[in-house]
Amino acid sequence: MRNEFAPGTIARRGLLRATLRLAGGVALLGAAMRVASAADADAAEIKIDNFKFSPTPLTVPKGTTVTWVNQDDMPHSIVCQALQLHTHPMDTDGRTSFRFDQPGRYDYVCGLHPFMRGQVIVQG
Amino acid sequence: MQDDDDMQSGGGDGANTLNIDDRQSDSGNRPTQSGRMSRRGVLECMTWAGTAMVWTMVGGVPRARLVGRAEAATTNYSFVQVSDSHLGFDKPANPDTPGTFGAALQAVTRVPGQPRFLIHTGDITHLSKPGQFDLAAQLLTTTKLHTYTVPGEHDVLEDDGKSWINRYAKQEGAKGDGWYSFNDGGVHFIGLVNVMNLQGNGLGALGNDQLEWLEKDVAGLTASTPVVLFAHVPLWTVYADWGWGTADGAQALTYLKKFGSVTVLNGHIHQVMQKVEGHVAFHTARSTAFPQPAPGTAKGPGPMAVPPGELRTYLGIAKVSLVSSNAPLAIVDTPLAG
Repeated sequence: MRNEFAPGTIARRGLLRATLRLAGGVALLGAAMRVASAADADAAEIKIDNFKFSPTPLTVPKGTTVTWVNQDDMPHSIVCQALQLHTHPMDTDGRTSFRFDQPGRYDYVCGLHPFMRGQVIVQG
Repeated sequence: MQDDDDMQSGGGDGANTLNIDDRQSDSGNRPTQSGRMSRRGVLECMTWAGTAMVWTMVGGVPRARLVGRAEAATTNYSFVQVSDSHLGFDKPANPDTPGTFGAALQAVTRVPGQPRFLIHTGDITHLSKPGQFDLAAQLLTTTKLHTYTVPGEHDVLEDDGKSWINRYAKQEGAKGDGWYSFNDGGVHFIGLVNVMNLQGNGLGALGNDQLEWLEKDVAGLTASTPVVLFAHVPLWTVYADWGWGTADGAQALTYLKKFGSVTVLNGHIHQVMQKVEGHVAFHTARSTAFPQPAPGTAKGPGPMAVPPGELRTYLGIAKVSLVSSNAPLAIVDTPLAG
């Protein structure tokens, strides 16, 4: 999957930079970021701030490594039942990563604060 | 803030008629009268935050008066509650959690009347690290009191809670994930574990095994036995949106209906809150580490930074006393400063 997109990736990244440089408009950012996430197939980031995951849902191609970054003063962990995933707690500025290889919708919560919910959508 | 309310209500002329659920008056609460009351529903809670206050619960009707009078009513049986020391937390809301926990334990040593023991209602550590548990053990020795604990969710982040279980539950002959009971001074104490399986909405949970154990544990007790339940997450729903409650807490309380005096001590929310439902008095303790916002007043339940110099007015300990052999338990919340 990643190989198929590889040639386009470079072009799209170039386009993204150009788009941001030329347009710089907020309205275009959303479209630009979608291009970025589709193009940057191997990495994506989810921030944890004020007991919320962002962005959520996050849509990524399969094979993407998603990294959660904790920007709170309280520790958080990632628990996803479908993946049997239960990470160690991340303290402030801590991060944890997981590579999503199978397409699907993955609901997850914070193990310490399960009212914090997020979702990663992995496309085939 | 609940504490601010207490303080504002308590400040003033000493008439001090406070209301909980708008059902409260200040009559009929002299020590001589409370001494004649049955155990049922007689519980005294004193809270001070700058100004001393006494909360007295008689027959489920809370009343208030000055601290001096409540102290006169108490006997020599007492124990102390501390909570949420979060050793390992060092962020701006409190860069020195060992310092404030140590100050709280020093305050415990000054509690009059030789408390029988200490109860720590969980979140001893911030990240369940061995070094944090070690530091807690070292600091706790300053009180020279036996410490009973229940785990907070921060104490069981690693190894399925084995660090906490090995250090604190085994010595009590605990069952399951670490719940246990004991008798002291005619009071039946029950330590419950409600952080091992947090629910989807964030609420704590006891689980069927623990509920079954609890039902059997209290089955043989006479109804006149005062019962003290302690657990980390409040057994009553303080604020569901932040997971401040226990999903099956109400089920647990059905087993305690026959008892005339039930006191529930919790931590987790880092602020004093009290509620009385019939013969059951609920009380949450301050943290010794950092305050958290009043329910719903912030975007999330994270540490609340307070102005420099004011932190210790938000932290503190609680002393719980059996007022007479016939009944009341009194809770005195004391901030570290202010």
